[in-house]
Amino acid sequence: MIPAPFDYVRPTTLDEAIRLLAANGDEAKLLAGGHSLLPLVKLRLANPKILIDLSRISGLSGIRQEGDQIIIGALTTHYEIESSELLKQACPLLPETARMIGDVQVRNRGTIGGSLAHADPAADLPAAILALGAELRLTGSDDERWIKGEDFFLDLMTTVLKPTEIITEIRVPVLSGRFGTAYLKMPQKASGFAIVGVAVWIKVEDKACTAIGVGVTGLGAKPFRAKEVEKKLWGKRIDHTFIDADASHVDHGIDPLDDIHASAPFRAHLARVYTHRAIQEAVKRAGVSMPSR
Amino acid sequence: MKRTINLTINEEAFEAEAEPRLLLSYFLRERAGLTGTHIGCVIGECGACTVLLDGRLVKSCLLFAVQADGRKVLTIEGLAKNGALHPIQEAFVQQYGLQCGYCTPGMVLASYSLLRDNLNPTEEEIRKALGGNLCMCTGYVQIVESVKAAAKKLQQS
Repeated sequence: MIPAPFDYVRPTTLDEAIRLLAANGDEAKLLAGGHSLLPLVKLRLANPKILIDLSRISGLSGIRQEGDQIIIGALTTHYEIESSELLKQACPLLPETARMIGDVQVRNRGTIGGSLAHADPAADLPAAILALGAELRLTGSDDERWIKGEDFFLDLMTTVLKPTEIITEIRVPVLSGRFGTAYLKMPQKASGFAIVGVAVWIKVEDKACTAIGVGVTGLGAKPFRAKEVEKKLWGKRIDHTFIDADASHVDHGIDPLDDIHASAPFRAHLARVYTHRAIQEAVKRAGVSMPSR
Repeated sequence: MKRTINLTINEEAFEAEAEPRLLLSYFLRERAGLTGTHIGCVIGECGACTVLLDGRLVKSCLLFAVQADGRKVLTIEGLAKNGALHPIQEAFVQQYGLQCGYCTPGMVLASYSLLRDNLNPTEEEIRKALGGNLCMCTGYVQIVESVKAAAKKLQQS
């Protein structure tokens, strides 16, 4: 439980951090809240030569509104997201999801940028990020780019982040009109990680679904947007047949994880059940009555 | 390479050298001599090493000491004042909220963090607030009773 020796640097500006990262490449790891990285280095699954602590860079945390977007700094903690009055009003799916991460201590330290960069297949926030169609700002030494959440995750703990890039901000829409959101998960009993978690955002007009986002975590090697389910519900009238069999499309084309907590077929089953329930809950919260089947 | 780390621990300045890889939990115990912060699992599951960092509840085995440089730490030793137990500590004694005592510093500090923000928590809120702390001997009934009793004491004071 003692990491291999490493050097530690604590830049105070983003430029300095990016320079350090560019100079050290694969030998460096960024340290934000450290709640994914510390377990890895303690188990020596990761042996970085240098840790770049981002925590003293001002301007990398905080939540603010810009027009019809909310901008969340990458170093914003799960606690700050969970307790943000702005997010509770404008984008309640994020506080609801953040509240279900780990425990109090973990939420006080863990950051949204760290969670996304780590890309644990059972992390909670990616489900909400995908459902909301959020975008990530990736800042490198030469340029920066905004990338959609659904294009960010590539595979198990693998993202499009280059070794010289830092996630600096996450942008989510201010939800307006008549909408409902929900995040439901089946937690692994001891760790709280999602065996399956489903986040849903739905927009309703004249008793029809005019937009929907469904993000799924825990089921496959990477979190994903359940586009098959979204496609079938987009534009559909909300009555007692609304979800029907459509939630069962959630695992189409997905190779479910299989471990001691849940077998692949059980995970796929859970994903269908939780997708159904999460959509049902989001519709209810949008203020539309829909008899359950 | 060792670094100088400055902390304010229980309102007193403390300085010591440590390698960057030294966890805050070991720093508190071995450098500052504050052994009330217990080492349990060292992987962030058990909560025995819980302290407050700048007023927020954290697990000190999930932080390198160097990350806390310049910050304020409250450990279990900082709760009793002038030899008198904190009301939360008294409540744990009176309600039998401990058996072996290993998890107790973390349980008490998690309770402290909860009751600072909410003097009238429901049982569910108490259980959620203690969700990051494991007890392996009493179970949680007496611990939850202790927190309820502590809330009453604090309401009255």
